[in-house]
Amino acid sequence: MAIAATLLAAEGAENPLIPHTYELVVGSFAFLVVFLVVGKILTPRIQKTLAERTEVIEGGIKKAEDLQVEAQQTLEQYRAQLAEARQEAARLREEAREQGAQIKAELREEAQAEARRLVEAAHAQIEADRQQAVAQLRAEIGRLSVELAGRIVGESLEDEARQRRTVDRFLEEIEARPEAVR
Amino acid sequence: MTPATLLADDFTAPGPSIFDFPPIFAGGPSWLTKPVLFAVVGAVLVIIFAWSAFAKPQLVPRGMQNIGEKGYEFVRDQVARPFLGKDAERWMPLLLSLFFLILLWNFFGVIPLIQMPIASHIAFPFVFAITIYVIKIYLGIKHQGFIGYFKNMMFPPGLPKPIYVLLAPIEFMSNLIIAPFTHAVRLFANMFAGHLILAFFSAVGFWFLFDKLTPLGAPLGVLGVGMTIAMTGFEMFIQFLQAFLFTLLAAMYIGGSLHSDH
Repeated sequence: MAIAATLLAAEGAENPLIPHTYELVVGSFAFLVVFLVVGKILTPRIQKTLAERTEVIEGGIKKAEDLQVEAQQTLEQYRAQLAEARQEAARLREEAREQGAQIKAELREEAQAEARRLVEAAHAQIEADRQQAVAQLRAEIGRLSVELAGRIVGESLEDEARQRRTVDRFLEEIEARPEAVR
Repeated sequence: MTPATLLADDFTAPGPSIFDFPPIFAGGPSWLTKPVLFAVVGAVLVIIFAWSAFAKPQLVPRGMQNIGEKGYEFVRDQVARPFLGKDAERWMPLLLSLFFLILLWNFFGVIPLIQMPIASHIAFPFVFAITIYVIKIYLGIKHQGFIGYFKNMMFPPGLPKPIYVLLAPIEFMSNLIIAPFTHAVRLFANMFAGHLILAFFSAVGFWFLFDKLTPLGAPLGVLGVGMTIAMTGFEMFIQFLQAFLFTLLAAMYIGGSLHSDH
């Protein structure tokens, strides 16, 4: 500082380390006004705006996150529903196939039963016809035999009861011989 | 430039007298000088700038608000938050005013036609430093108690007892006497020296290219102009750096008084 002072003295300049009183006053005044306007009035405004912006951005991010979560949930839901629907469809297909097979089996069963029934009815009819034919034949054969025997023997067999017994006995004998019937 | 420089045949470097200003107009009051005028102009410009940026702030910033917000965020993130933590927002009005005003006053050192860093007149840095000094001591006593403030300052715990004999006076001196002085002088000296350097190189250029143009001197003049341009760029960096540093130290002093953690 001593050197500076000497230098200053030589140049005839003021000592730059000694403040001017009027500059102190003007500086204080300028600083005070700037502080009051910029610091006290304006800074709180920008602080408020920045805080609001932070809130808005955070809110936006939160909202976006919520929406994403919701979208994810919906997607999961749809996927689950799709899988369920596929399962349901497969199940229905399977069921239909089973039902079809069952119906087919039932129809076949019914048809077979019907066929059996028809065959049986036919058998019964045939049997009945045969019985009737046998009965008719028996009577016819009896009569013809007796007539034939009467003609051969030349005598009429008066006793009809005896005649019938004789015929029956004869027929039973015939029936007793399997080869005679078949 | 002093009359001596102009009259002499030899080149004379500009001295500290380039910081002395007469009243702006003849017969005007002696206090109405160039630095005083531009100190006021600077304050008005800072207010206009801040008003255009922050008066009606929008959620989506436009134009000046973008620039203002950059400044605000710079001071908040680089100065206030590191030293004040959760108290940062509360002290932003002071720190932002301080930063904007010092920065613009410093930039006046390279703005053509003004070319006068206001802080090269020590009264202006003193105003800031004294303000911060008063706030620092007030907060320190308020938050740590009168005894506590000086005890925390001069007798930090955890040292061997004999050390305090040495440490206590050093801490007292450094915190209460030297700190405000260095706080102001750091800014003042940087602006003072920077302005002197710019004045020197421009004087070299002007002298050797205009006043005394000679074949031998011309290259020196060109060098002077080149250096003036280079140093102007460097000076802008220093002007910003010193505004930043001054605000940073202010935040540090305030933070130190609010929390007695050391």
